[in-house]
Amino acid sequence: MTNHWNDIQHTDCALIIGANPAENHPISMKFVQKAKERGATVISADPRYTRTSTQAHIYAPFRSGTDIPLIGGLIHYAIENDLIHKEYVVNYTNASFLVNEDYQFNDGIFSGYDENSRSYDQSTWTFQTDEDGNILKDETLQHPRSVYQLMKEHYSRYDVDTVCSVTGTPKEDFLKMAEAFCATGQVGKSGTIMYAMGTTQHTVGSQNVRAYGLIQLLLGNIGVPGGGVNAMRGECNVQGSTDMALLFHILPGYLPAPTGTERHKDLASYNKNETPHGGWWNNRPKYLVSLLKAWYGDAATKENDFLYDYLPKNSRNSSHISLFEAMYDGDIKGMLVWGQNPIVGGPNTTKEQKAMENLDWLVAIDLWETETAAFWKQKAGSNPESINTEVFMLPACGPYEKEGAVTNSSRWKQFRWKALEPKGEAKADAWICHNLAKRVKKLYQGDNSTKGNIINALNWSFGDGDYPSNDLINREINGYDLTTGKTVLNFTQLQDDGTTSCGNWIYSGVYPDAGPDEEKNRAKDRDNKDTGMENYLNWSFAWPLNRRILYNRASADLNGQPWSDDKKVIWWDGETWANSYDVPDFAAVKAPGTPAEPGAPALAGHSGDDPFIMNAHGHGGLFAPMNDGPFPEHYEPYESPVPNAFSSVDLNPAVVIWTGDYNEKGDRSQFPIVVTTYRLTEHWQSGSMTRNLEWLSELQGHMFVELSEELAEEKGIKNKDKVVISSARGEIEAYAMVTKRFKPYTIRGEKVHHIGMPWHWGYMGITTGAIANTLTPHIGDANTMIPEYKAFLGDVRRAD
Amino acid sequence: MFDLSRRQFLKLSGATAATVAVVELGFNPNEAKAQANEYKIARASTTPTICPYCSVGCGILVHVNEEKNDVLYTEGDPDHPINKGSLCSKGTSIRQLYTSDRRVEKPLYRAPGSSEWVEKDWDWTLNKIAEKIKKTRDESFVERENGITVNRTEAIASLGGAALENEECYLIAKFMRGLGATFIEHQARI
Repeated sequence: MTNHWNDIQHTDCALIIGANPAENHPISMKFVQKAKERGATVISADPRYTRTSTQAHIYAPFRSGTDIPLIGGLIHYAIENDLIHKEYVVNYTNASFLVNEDYQFNDGIFSGYDENSRSYDQSTWTFQTDEDGNILKDETLQHPRSVYQLMKEHYSRYDVDTVCSVTGTPKEDFLKMAEAFCATGQVGKSGTIMYAMGTTQHTVGSQNVRAYGLIQLLLGNIGVPGGGVNAMRGECNVQGSTDMALLFHILPGYLPAPTGTERHKDLASYNKNETPHGGWWNNRPKYLVSLLKAWYGDAATKENDFLYDYLPKNSRNSSHISLFEAMYDGDIKGMLVWGQNPIVGGPNTTKEQKAMENLDWLVAIDLWETETAAFWKQKAGSNPESINTEVFMLPACGPYEKEGAVTNSSRWKQFRWKALEPKGEAKADAWICHNLAKRVKKLYQGDNSTKGNIINALNWSFGDGDYPSNDLINREINGYDLTTGKTVLNFTQLQDDGTTSCGNWIYSGVYPDAGPDEEKNRAKDRDNKDTGMENYLNWSFAWPLNRRILYNRASADLNGQPWSDDKKVIWWDGETWANSYDVPDFAAVKAPGTPAEPGAPALAGHSGDDPFIMNAHGHGGLFAPMNDGPFPEHYEPYESPVPNAFSSVDLNPAVVIWTGDYNEKGDRSQFPIVVTTYRLTEHWQSGSMTRNLEWLSELQGHMFVELSEELAEEKGIKNKDKVVISSARGEIEAYAMVTKRFKPYTIRGEKVHHIGMPWHWGYMGITTGAIANTLTPHIGDANTMIPEYKAFLGDVRRAD
Repeated sequence: MFDLSRRQFLKLSGATAATVAVVELGFNPNEAKAQANEYKIARASTTPTICPYCSVGCGILVHVNEEKNDVLYTEGDPDHPINKGSLCSKGTSIRQLYTSDRRVEKPLYRAPGSSEWVEKDWDWTLNKIAEKIKKTRDESFVERENGITVNRTEAIASLGGAALENEECYLIAKFMRGLGATFIEHQARI
């Protein structure tokens, strides 16, 4: 989230899209209700009329997979009706920048495309510069090569009639939504976009989010209270686990994971290629070297490049789908699974379960025997005799049987204290990891081969206890001044010369300026006094630097004054920004209007009016390169009921297409129905933490598929019938739930049915049911490889 | 179980925990709430936690009978600025995470081709896993490829972490990268 949960109450209009917070983040709706009480308009845009829709003033149905037409339509509406926040757009975004003359867009393809590699050469997606490298601008926004004019032209194709024919949204509903949301472009108003996996789980998922970013920048809604692009995350610590880099492509704190390429062949190459001259990321080498010092301790020296060579360099995209494809191909021999259940939660689960049979060993760490731990059993449809995988099931602690902190969607790192001793012989994952690491290190003692040296150099100093010291882990994450032994105040003190260490720079500041005997873990802060605009600066610690609203410079005008009194978060009082309701998102001593130092690196190259400190140019990126283009463009889902109305290119041209066993693609002639998946309040993700509890199993006891009355009539299906849902990957059984919440769509003049089902069920637990992900394909987003769970083709019929 | 400063504070406030820093700030919980809680949880210890389900991050109080090491009751934390005491159906159910008789309580092992689990002790289990990790790593480790130092193993994968704590995620990220693993993924991707 750019903003935070409590801040939603300050919005004038909440556009809730690709998400159903009333169902999946129920307590967050308190803040939506508070906003409503203040007079805000609530919009629910969703293929299905959800629990959230019941709380909305405007419901805009749209076919799953058509977010970009819907939001592109809003962009078009805002521009054509002159509803943008002009002063904000001119000064805080890159709308005025002139784009490279060679940049082009024709019939669904941006300049630089290579069909063979399905990828773009992005060298024309750049800005025009003068001889000194300064970006050329036209602040009147009239220049035909300005970002604004190119964007206007790009979205001129997204007129209301074309949009509604593709999304299936009734035109009057679209116009109500456009009028209400674009009204937040008025100076002093704010609108928020709340989204979740309904947005990201598409082959265009990243560009869906980018489209939200574009409309929010145009309306001046980023950085302001009640504004923002707010991802409502699904697990209690999925924010923290992402920050800590349990993903192949990053190191802690969003440093790109090094690859086995020339780009990253040594520390100098990595720094040269990953360090922009302008913006905050100019500090990246300090964060990488400090990380290497945290990981390799005294062994990491300037002379040996701080042991950069010891970091593993991957050979390929190693994301979830690739991981299971590699396992299916026999490349992966052993796997440790920490509280995850891919046999229910992964896409194309039949293939993923088959892949696991190729493992020599599997370690499943969980509170329960999950479907993943039990994949070899007969009840999984397997023949145990033919599966040679050794499986270790390790009993893990529940959340209050151990101590440690979790980071919520607001980026608040909140501590959980231990309430009682663990159940049975259960142990915390921290204990398991710690004791495994110690054992593996012991096995390599005296081994002077390279691989022995690497594991022996790994600095593992978390105390002598049976459990690793939580306090020492947090100090290491925060970072030390190695010359004094005290923890650093925050990441602004980190250096690239080996005098500081830091396990994750974005959390630096959570344990500030502490000597060995001082306890200062700010995740434990519990002062719930409202410090202004419900930012609660003394409750827990928000990364970065305890900042509650990101890019908050944009909440004030060029004079440093809030756009309106009821949207006050930071302000210039004549001398400083520091006496504000939030931690300023830039140098607090830099007055409004302070000019940038021409050619200077990092933030010195930014003026006192540049809010987007992570970007080299300090401006919000209306035009910004992604793998699949600098502007979001609509492509149909991998499996779609219609051809693309916006170009002759149906599928996102930059996605990876997997072939081989179990990767059949469904065709609309055989599978005419759009299928999506979703969640329920009473269950959580793959169900292991809820289908094993009595109350929740009783509240939601059965796997079902939800379909419209019209489709039920066509298929002769009655409510509660057992039905078969099929896709090109397989078939499952479920109970029919015939509702008014789905309606047939009219898409480009044709009737298209849409169904949906929860994905919580599997064969273990108190309540069991079919695995929805049997039906979903192995295809992912062009940037993140997040699977396209939310829009695929299927069919439904009575079971008998 | 808890540190002393926190324990003392709990006794004083009867409601929630705080660090020394908070006490210094003069944090004074609502007394009416405190009294109500004290009555309900007389002779129990109370520990604040954060809900393990979605990412709203609601506060929950866990009331424990320390003598029996058992959870008496859980409820929304009235002092928490997000949920202010309210909870959804999942958050309301977290007592059963402990009281459930479905929990796995000992390490289990399934041999190749076997159709059943066998209970094992932790030492045997961790030693065996450590040996597996070393063997797989040794057999698959690549130091250089195409003239570039890569120092990796693509034969060991790590999956999961979104339900764990930051400290745990940090340890896993460090240990796995330390082994040379590159197939490191978790729920955020899916």
